[in-house]
Amino acid sequence: MHLDFSPEDLAFQQEVRAFIAENYPAELRGKQDEGDELSKEDFLSWHKVLAKKGWVAPAWPVEYGGTGWTATQRYIWSEETARADCIRLMPFGLSMVGPVIYTFGTPEQKAKFLPRILSGEDWWCQGYSEPGSGSDLASLRTKAVRDGDHYVVNGQKTWTTMAQHADWGFFLVRTDPDAKQQEGISFLLIDMKTPGIEVRPIITLGGEHEVNEVWLEDVRVPVDQRVYEENKGWTCAKFLLAHERTGIAGVAASKRGIEKVKTIARAEMDGDKPLIANAFFKRKIAELEMDLTALEFTELRSLAGESAGKGPGPESSLLKIKGSEIQQRLTELTLEAVGHYGAPYFRGFGEGDNEHPIGPDYAHRAAPSYFNTRKTTIYGGSNEIQRNIIAKMVLGL
Amino acid sequence: MDFSYTETQGMLRDTLARFLADTYDFETRKKMLLRPEGRDPGIWQALATELGILGAPFAEEHGGLGGGALENMIMMEELGKVIAVEPYLQTVVIGGGAMKRAPSAMADAVIPEIIAGNAVIAFAYAEPQGRYDLANLRTTAKADGSGYVLSGHKAVVYAAPWATHLLVTARTGGSQRERGGVELFLIDATLPGIVRRDYPCVDGFQASEIYFENVAIPGDAHIPGGIDLIELLVDEATVAVCGEACGVSRKLHEGTLDYIKQRKQFGQPIGKFQVLQHRMADMFVEMEQIASMALMGALKLESPAAERKAAVSLAKAKVSRSINFVGQNAIQTHGGIGITVELAIGHYFKRATMIENQFGSADFHLGRFEDLTLAA
Repeated sequence: MHLDFSPEDLAFQQEVRAFIAENYPAELRGKQDEGDELSKEDFLSWHKVLAKKGWVAPAWPVEYGGTGWTATQRYIWSEETARADCIRLMPFGLSMVGPVIYTFGTPEQKAKFLPRILSGEDWWCQGYSEPGSGSDLASLRTKAVRDGDHYVVNGQKTWTTMAQHADWGFFLVRTDPDAKQQEGISFLLIDMKTPGIEVRPIITLGGEHEVNEVWLEDVRVPVDQRVYEENKGWTCAKFLLAHERTGIAGVAASKRGIEKVKTIARAEMDGDKPLIANAFFKRKIAELEMDLTALEFTELRSLAGESAGKGPGPESSLLKIKGSEIQQRLTELTLEAVGHYGAPYFRGFGEGDNEHPIGPDYAHRAAPSYFNTRKTTIYGGSNEIQRNIIAKMVLGL
Repeated sequence: MDFSYTETQGMLRDTLARFLADTYDFETRKKMLLRPEGRDPGIWQALATELGILGAPFAEEHGGLGGGALENMIMMEELGKVIAVEPYLQTVVIGGGAMKRAPSAMADAVIPEIIAGNAVIAFAYAEPQGRYDLANLRTTAKADGSGYVLSGHKAVVYAAPWATHLLVTARTGGSQRERGGVELFLIDATLPGIVRRDYPCVDGFQASEIYFENVAIPGDAHIPGGIDLIELLVDEATVAVCGEACGVSRKLHEGTLDYIKQRKQFGQPIGKFQVLQHRMADMFVEMEQIASMALMGALKLESPAAERKAAVSLAKAKVSRSINFVGQNAIQTHGGIGITVELAIGHYFKRATMIENQFGSADFHLGRFEDLTLAA
């Protein structure tokens, strides 16, 4: 057991660093520095650079387009992309439906969808939650009725992130209303241009249009767009949720976030000293760094199968709980650090608007990020649900 | 990077765990503590001779098994699981750690005696006024001919009543809190002028107040390295205690989990109540983080000094916080029976509570981390 990088790992680290320096889209970097909201094209610009290089889906099996990197190389990759402040790629295709398709899909589904997820040609969204089905996801009521070689889907989904950009969506639908809750659900891939689908925006506290309602009225979906068996969709759903939870720890990004908070706390003055010299503020940074280090090594132990939980699954709830709390504390500290300039609300600076914005650049997103990040302890199975999972699956209660 | 234990490390853990399961159950431990010397010396002898594992962290040339910090962590975790009152931390981790860096004549003489179970070393470093500052020393070692004369008062020296040797920090010069002038000595515990006041500690260990009254010690008792070496040894000890915390907290959690599955109130096992399920989940989360931080600390011990100190302080701060949470909630969840001496759980809680502040509280270590990494 050791933490050292081999000479090959160090060479890989240099290669990754150089690649990012040369290929990260300059326009995207500029927008991030200014704290601008990112467009679909912005998100896709980095995706496409990586797709061209073959590095867009490191975790996938090589036969489907993965990189075949070792665990250490993947660790280096996430560290380096965070260090360089690269945006996170949209997870819906790469981390969610992609693994479901290559694990449970037919050869035709794999051939049709996987290359387009990798290339960025298809933007995916996730049709899981419903107005009446949040933490109790299996109570979902959107129904799909078989009609020849189609399903006819009716219902409403909500919290559908980035559905306004989506070409495709993966949906959990009820195909057997008489079965026990988890046993009557199927997993459908739906073309978002199909007649009968309407996407309505939901504006969240930071002012962002990130999530949507998706209404489905007599939407006809070919049966060959069902993944896995009819009424066995819950198997795919659980598989996907466990995948979603591990990514959710966000260790590398939070490390970068702490460095940003430190930079702000060195720039902001508190009396005649920088804020970072304030004993109370400094202690909060130290505590955050402590908890993040504990999370990082818990994740490393988990990846190595050394933690107490059994296999990939329940113990990822631990990573989700701590990871999401840390993300929230980071935005809270940032907002506290920027002081007065947390208050001004920035919207609608148009293209080419060169008017000097109010306050320091690092303050612009402080409050919106704080508001937006309240979602992390709610989505992906709320942190209360994660505790239920630990109690039931790990502790046998 | 590699996070797997070797086969040898696995065997070390299994060997010790099996032995302790046979010899160190709760009732037997209680009887050990009631003996005049407060322990069963046969256990230590068995670890040395029957199991042959006191050499775990020593080089093969000294008759050891060639391990290091990870082996110490494994040993401490297993000892923690039975709240063993054996002087492994003091003798092998700290004393042994000092001997590995000592002049070869001393190392060659003492290490085989540690491995054989004949030498028990106590670490006399703390002083009544010093809290966790290793340089805050009034004890002096004044040069006298070819040797030194030792004077001063050392506080709460764990394992001192059993010790054959004392590892002592003392000033050869400098003012009370100055780093320069702090030196380390290994001396015979029976030298004239050493006065001990022995007592039991709340966690079951035995300790002493030690008064050095003009104790003449030989020049070759000195271990060069000064405060830097002492800080390294204490960092190693701190990580070892984090390993012990890992074992202690696993038992606190396991004991509480068993209890809430069988204790019935309102017509059902109390483990059916969600408020307690979530508490157990939170305790699980803290317990896993203790394990993670103990490992992190152990893996960083070989790093350059500043990085090592920052890492060890983060580890101990987290372990102190987490074991406080696990321990207090274990007692709360047991209810009234948890605050009696009847069940093992309370005895684990007492050791957990002493671990919290051993080698520095969470506040102390967060402060040390800040000084090292969060300058303005």
